[in-house]
Amino acid sequence: MHKLLLLGDEAIAQAGIDAGMSGIFAYPGTPSTEITQYVRDSHEASKKGIVATWTANEKTAAEAALGMSYAGKRSMTCMKHVGLNVAADVFLNASITGANGGLIFVVADDPSMHSSQNEQDSRVYGKFAMIPILEPSNQQEAYDMVHLGFDLSEKYRTPVMIRITTRLAHSRSGVIRKEAKAQNQVRLPENLRQFVLLPAIARKQYQDLLNLQPDFQRDSDQSPFNTYTDGKDNGIGIVACGLAYNYLMENYPDRTPPHPVVKISQYPLPENHLQKLYDSCNEILVLEEGYPVVEEMLKGFFNSGKKISGRLDGSLPRTGELNPNIVGKALGFPQPELATIPELVAKRPPSLCKGCSHIDSFIGLNEAMEDYGKGRVFSDIGCYTLSALPPYESINTCVDMGASITMAKGAADAGLAPAIAVIGDSTFTHSGITGLLDAVNDKANITVIILDNATTGMTGGQPSSAFGKIEDICRGIGVEEEHIRVIKPLKKNHEENTRIMKEELAYEGVSVIIPRRECIQTLNKRMRQKFKEKAASTK
Amino acid sequence: MKNDIILAGVGGQGILSIAAIIGYAAVQSNLYLKQAEVHGMSQRGGDVQSHLRLSSKEISSDLIPFGKADMIISVEPMESLRYLPYLSENGWLITNTEPFVNIPDYPPLQKVMDEIKKCPRHVAFDAGKVAEELGSKKAANVVILGAASPFLDIPFSLLEDAVSFLFGKKGEDLVNMNLDALRAGRELANEQMH
Repeated sequence: MHKLLLLGDEAIAQAGIDAGMSGIFAYPGTPSTEITQYVRDSHEASKKGIVATWTANEKTAAEAALGMSYAGKRSMTCMKHVGLNVAADVFLNASITGANGGLIFVVADDPSMHSSQNEQDSRVYGKFAMIPILEPSNQQEAYDMVHLGFDLSEKYRTPVMIRITTRLAHSRSGVIRKEAKAQNQVRLPENLRQFVLLPAIARKQYQDLLNLQPDFQRDSDQSPFNTYTDGKDNGIGIVACGLAYNYLMENYPDRTPPHPVVKISQYPLPENHLQKLYDSCNEILVLEEGYPVVEEMLKGFFNSGKKISGRLDGSLPRTGELNPNIVGKALGFPQPELATIPELVAKRPPSLCKGCSHIDSFIGLNEAMEDYGKGRVFSDIGCYTLSALPPYESINTCVDMGASITMAKGAADAGLAPAIAVIGDSTFTHSGITGLLDAVNDKANITVIILDNATTGMTGGQPSSAFGKIEDICRGIGVEEEHIRVIKPLKKNHEENTRIMKEELAYEGVSVIIPRRECIQTLNKRMRQKFKEKAASTK
Repeated sequence: MKNDIILAGVGGQGILSIAAIIGYAAVQSNLYLKQAEVHGMSQRGGDVQSHLRLSSKEISSDLIPFGKADMIISVEPMESLRYLPYLSENGWLITNTEPFVNIPDYPPLQKVMDEIKKCPRHVAFDAGKVAEELGSKKAANVVILGAASPFLDIPFSLLEDAVSFLFGKKGEDLVNMNLDALRAGRELANEQMH
């Protein structure tokens, strides 16, 4: 069959389309965005009537996916690692309800924090929820494991997690497709109390999940994705999880390491392979992308057995993503002497685009804040977070989605006046609304600036749930009409905009300023499209 | 056969288009391919790179090991130097010499050029100017790809086919302009090599 050249993300999306998935729900987040985007852009998916939705946040996405599973159909929800924090409530409880139609949580971790605020390892969550975790090592496995994931999910009526990392998500390779499956019909759960987590029912459901653990174990032990390969040199045995397996193989041009190797792509850990490795080797080296999850488990608390090395004992760095050289060094290969980067090469950090509306907003805010001094601006996650860097240096916090408003409120409660929150339109509807409600209910003295560029900009311009609704939301929550101020962030409006900001900073209560101008990237894209259509119609 | 290539530039300069053209041609040649890209935050005017690996054998790592790249193809001169630790002893540095200045501390261009010239095997010229003469400055990335083509183990005609295919939707004029850009780059590289 013809090979498709796909990103790891796209391989997962295509597999969903082929495996009879009926819906995919997500909030955009690097490095997971391209999964849902691919399904939305796919003619095949739209012909099959597959629902592909950008939701308000990861929690609403995961709940919609669970609802689709309840109705008997296969569904997927995708998020970046920190997105799973937002969806953690439904994630952990969905392991207790179990699934009806196949249900997959795809979680894309970002070791080295290329586009994230931490490098948490989602395998810890998977273990927490006690559900099977699949960790593909390449694009083909990513494709195949979606099929496996849906099958496992329906076999055991459990949600399944697929864990990938940035490098696989955003790397392209050839993928061979399987034959397409038909979608499930609507089919209610056999037990209509399965999803009712009242304590008495939940206790039973939880016991069911515990009873499934030996089955999950057996499946892992027998999984074709977990392998034991023998080697003559049993001085050291190697455990390679997911993507780390590739870095191991890269160090052996013929792809045959002399050591016994256990490749792990399905959890719970395959006891059979690991026991054999432990028994036959003098020591164990664990290669894994992310936290030392497997290394810790193998070591145990007292570390009383054979030597087990990895990220914890410094054989590999404790943080950051792996690469062939890091793994080669841990294997004892001499590393080549490298050319150095000439000193004159300057750093080129990401920056706000030329013509970006945020630039005018921050120039205005900086001037309006001159009388109060620095250190009072709580902000959030999006392109505008770049204003923490020179030349603007406007904001002082970036923690988690929506935290700008609630942190500003807490600081205001502590007596900081004025306290300012700066949040984007999409982040506001993601997790800012409830915080604003808290502030209004407590009559907190904060000024909230909702930068409305009409899109989710940082992840490539997905539609924003807030579009056309921000003033109504603020009014509905109880922000006073006269303190909802819409401005247009343009250079020519600088003086007026700064005056309005100063007025609202001086107001003792909740005020909301909405600088509104479309993202320059989506505007350009729209104009190019319009130009193309015009050119086509005049031909 | 193996080609390990670092593609370098600044977000928005079109290195992913170069990757797409080579990738399409590689698939037509039945080669294995892996290509790691940068998405997300760094795309906003930051430095971006892509690891592109072609081989007649199965490829393990998505990332090229340090010191193993056969070439660096860069659409920006300073960015070409950022990835020198990846370049193998006998590797080629192929770069545009037109700087993209979006930072206050961009070094003097002459000094950047001096560093590029220290690299024993390099091809360097102003691809923006070449592209502009052919009709659009935006084709500078395709000119640079043309300059790298003598070092790729892919028949040139397949690269031409890939350009025709990938720009096909945008009309015949654009296809021809990019084909001219590809050929002009190749000629300039051949001149500089001899």
